[in-house]
Amino acid sequence: MSAIIGVVTFPGSLDDRDAARAAARGGATPVRLWHADSDLHRVDAVILPGGFSYGDYLRCGAIARFAPVMETIADAARGGLPVLGICNGFQILCEAHLLPGALTRNQHLHFRNRDQRLRIGTAASAWTNQFLPGQEILIPVKNGEGRFVADSRTLDELEAEDRVVARYIGGNPNGSLLDIAAIRNEAGNVVGIMPHPEHAIDELTGPSLDGLGFFASVLKHLAGSSVRMAANQGVAA
Amino acid sequence: MTTTPETIVDGSDSGPAGEPPETPEAKATDAQAPEAQAPEAQAPEAQAPEATDTTAEDVEEAEAAEPAETESTGEPAPAPAPAPTWKEVGFDTVARATGTPFEHQPFLELGLQDDEHAKIEQILGRRPTESELAMYSIMWSEHCSYKSSKLHLRQFGEKAPRSERLLAGIGENAGVVRVSDRLAVTFKVESHNHPSFVEPYQGAATGVGGIVRDILAMGARPIAVMDPLRFGAADHEDTRRVLPGVIAGVGGYGNCLGLPNIGGEVVFDECYRGNPLVNALCVGVLPVGRLQSKAATGPGNLVVLIGAKTGRDGIGGVSVLASATFDAESEQRRPSVQVGDPFMEKLLIEACLEIYDAGLVVGIQDLGGAGLTCALAETAAAGGTGMSVNLDLVPLREASMDPPEVLASESQERMLLIVTPDNLPVVLSICSRWGVLATAIGEVVAPEVGGGRLRIWWRNELIVDVPPGSLADDGPVYARPMREPADRILLLADRAETLPQPSAADELRATVLRMAASPNLCDKTWVTEQYDRYVLGNTVLAQPEDAGVLRIDERSGLGVALSVDGNGRFARLDPYTGAKLALAEAYRNVAVTGAIPVAVTNCLNFGSPEDPGVMWQFAEAVRGLADGCQELGIPVTGGNVSFYNQTGTMAIHPTPVVGVLGLLANVAARVPMGFANAGDPIFILGETRDELSGSEWAHVTHGHLGGTPPTVDLAAEQRLAGVLAEAARVGHLAAAHDLSDGGLAQALVEACLRRGFGAQITLPDGLPPFVQLFSESAARVLVSVSRGQEAAFAALAAERGVPCAALGAVRAPSSVLAVEGLFDIPLDELREAHTGTLPALFGELASRTGEQSGELASRTGEQSGELASRTGEQSGELASRTGELSGELATEPGS
Repeated sequence: MSAIIGVVTFPGSLDDRDAARAAARGGATPVRLWHADSDLHRVDAVILPGGFSYGDYLRCGAIARFAPVMETIADAARGGLPVLGICNGFQILCEAHLLPGALTRNQHLHFRNRDQRLRIGTAASAWTNQFLPGQEILIPVKNGEGRFVADSRTLDELEAEDRVVARYIGGNPNGSLLDIAAIRNEAGNVVGIMPHPEHAIDELTGPSLDGLGFFASVLKHLAGSSVRMAANQGVAA
Repeated sequence: MTTTPETIVDGSDSGPAGEPPETPEAKATDAQAPEAQAPEAQAPEAQAPEATDTTAEDVEEAEAAEPAETESTGEPAPAPAPAPTWKEVGFDTVARATGTPFEHQPFLELGLQDDEHAKIEQILGRRPTESELAMYSIMWSEHCSYKSSKLHLRQFGEKAPRSERLLAGIGENAGVVRVSDRLAVTFKVESHNHPSFVEPYQGAATGVGGIVRDILAMGARPIAVMDPLRFGAADHEDTRRVLPGVIAGVGGYGNCLGLPNIGGEVVFDECYRGNPLVNALCVGVLPVGRLQSKAATGPGNLVVLIGAKTGRDGIGGVSVLASATFDAESEQRRPSVQVGDPFMEKLLIEACLEIYDAGLVVGIQDLGGAGLTCALAETAAAGGTGMSVNLDLVPLREASMDPPEVLASESQERMLLIVTPDNLPVVLSICSRWGVLATAIGEVVAPEVGGGRLRIWWRNELIVDVPPGSLADDGPVYARPMREPADRILLLADRAETLPQPSAADELRATVLRMAASPNLCDKTWVTEQYDRYVLGNTVLAQPEDAGVLRIDERSGLGVALSVDGNGRFARLDPYTGAKLALAEAYRNVAVTGAIPVAVTNCLNFGSPEDPGVMWQFAEAVRGLADGCQELGIPVTGGNVSFYNQTGTMAIHPTPVVGVLGLLANVAARVPMGFANAGDPIFILGETRDELSGSEWAHVTHGHLGGTPPTVDLAAEQRLAGVLAEAARVGHLAAAHDLSDGGLAQALVEACLRRGFGAQITLPDGLPPFVQLFSESAARVLVSVSRGQEAAFAALAAERGVPCAALGAVRAPSSVLAVEGLFDIPLDELREAHTGTLPALFGELASRTGEQSGELASRTGEQSGELASRTGEQSGELASRTGELSGELATEPGS
């Protein structure tokens, strides 16, 4: 049986169907999770998709962080559940303090959509273990508030602990500090990424197939650590 | 909050005053408390005055005050004398109107003419109330009634070829075209020109929002948007103000709504300086069985308003803004522009689709221009029914709004549903789940009861009592005087073919570069990077491709191609031919992807219809478009007219913008525009003539407009499309790119730069090289054919009677565009010219980010203190680290 990946729909989520399609294309079984339902329905991993949850009111991700489903996800993530936050999902993970730093308005103040080259920083995460460190990939970026910022200690820690998952190359699209496009938590199960791997899974509709690597990675992670994961989730519950 | 089951005013079998409407406090059908609604929904017949305690007294007073009204069944009863004074009532009522026939009314200020006001009095048998006056003034405005255009637009129906595919056509919110046994597609383009000049961001944003609701109202899920935009000269200060706001508004709304933006136009011309054109197209897809109607049928069914609360924004937008010429006071009209909330619209879309899928609506109409007035009048008129509405139940943003304001408000993100009483609880609970406010505000009334009138109550008083058809369908129709503009003879005689032309090789080279860098032909990445083109995951082609292509069925690969095009200069020279040329270009742009064109939509942007010259242009353009569609055999399915695009006596070029929808059996066979394989042979299809009048070259290098536009030959376009579709189907084509603005030279530049391949070109014998490079003859396409297929391809073209000439071959990546015996231009040089223009004109914002970094950093919540200093320190370092970011937005080539 293939792994089950839950994709959360918040009011204002936009790339939820795309994330589900990408998970299916990657070999997983996607299920839809609803923001108001705190039950994770026994999923093996969770994707917080892109979009404008709650209209980005107050601050991107600031309201979604308090959704009932997020309390459960936060607990499960601390217990090892693989969680990928894409774009708005990354913003939510930062607001929920599952990841450090914050995503602020793009330095040039415009929304920007382009095909973006990235360099993988670390393969030591649940979502990037099928990449090689230093590997270049091409996936779309599209955001208005994607500029990663953090204090100097946090930036130093991220670098020292090899927690920068991907960096922008060939032009930083939003002014992110240290060209950071994606980071992970200490355990490596939680990853936030500003560009959109779910839009690079089909040559017909995306610039490459590089996005599939993220889904292959989590399947590999789940297959390799099913025993440990089950134990962790038991603890979290 | 305790509520009683009485909210619905029912005029079916008792007089108006016998129906105590609820006070706003007792608003029962609020989505936040859906359970409370159930009893009411199930017992709507219990219309006896079971009002709340707070309203009971008012009701009795009302009854006591107007005993005569209680017996009324249909016609408005004569008011008791003396009629209540304005002070006593606080607003105008039907009773007052009957009793004060000679009261002065500000109909001229509302845009109604003397004879129009007289006609209203004749329809009603009395003077209209202030609410009725407001309703007639907006419904009979040019924008809503099409009073100047109606006579002409009939040709679209009369000349339309029969199409089995057409499930809904002109007169509906949008045309619907069947694309398979299971699926249909709906699309339409509309203007939001006037609001966008007054308030660029919101004007453009709500333009997107409005057309998306039209598509939603047909039962479709909106799946993409496109935006044809026209501005004044690129370097004019007005353009600097308007363009960034419009682009941000289009992007801000569409991105937040989750709709990919797959194409459009950005055109600069001095004539649009005071009247930018912001047109918005939306396309949606629906299962054939989910097609919705706007008819309010079924007496006893409930009228449910869902979505945003009603506020004072956009009041009189259509009559004040869209139906009058701009003057010096335009600045003060900002309150007439609506304010958009795309988040609410996203929720509205999801809620409506869930409601459709559950089969819960009888009828649905979006609220756009003319707001509630239009939605109530059109649904009732379409259903041939009456309607009773309690205006007190409309959720308001501002409690102090008076009835004409509530009726005229153009607050965005609202829909009107007609729902059976049984289904109301489920509808309310779906809305509640999505956080969408839903309120039953009225009821459908059988036409035989009371003459099928639209009756509206406010504070227990009847304030509107009109035949709905008189608002929706019986507006005035004008046969406006028309006269060919006197200057046209001189204009036509002033041919661009006689202008000085470059002929030396270095002059031609310089002209290619100059044209590639000119505002209308340059790379538009600065604009399109601000739009999400990926969301929903079905975008197969998007700008700068000739057409947007969307996959609509993942299993079969079925897809649609869409293009919108217009050429104001051609239409200025000859509106009949100009409209046909716009149609031909959109048709060709769809055809180059391999799609088969099937349907047409249009947005007709013109000056004041009160100017006989403009009216002549309009009539000619409509005739041209209708004739063109007849010749091509594809129907116009809907569209929009925007008049009064003029400032003072200076009208814009007549600008018919035409959208064409095409079908692709499998999107995997789509043909992109860029050369993709070195060595592929390049051909030009179609015939090149000495046609430079109205061309981009004449505009850029001579600032010239005169002569006759290129010949239009729709039969040739059809043959060309046939060759392209067949060649795409069998896989001969590696790339295909339409020749239009800028001619062959520009098509080569774009086909090379798209994917970074060079080309080696030898111009055929015959016309001078300059003419071959820059003529804008129609019915031509540049193609590259997969190596080895060239003989078969040439045979296909010959068999179909399409001229086909070999031009050369694709060269290696990062090489040159070389024209034999004339010039070589390295791709880097071409790219620099092509991509530098817009960032140089509009990139200033980015260079200001340095000043703003402090402010930005302080917004980052809990880390602010430390961060502010941290980012300060880092900014220098950052600038060097992110070198390429620098001051410009578009630093990357679009390849």
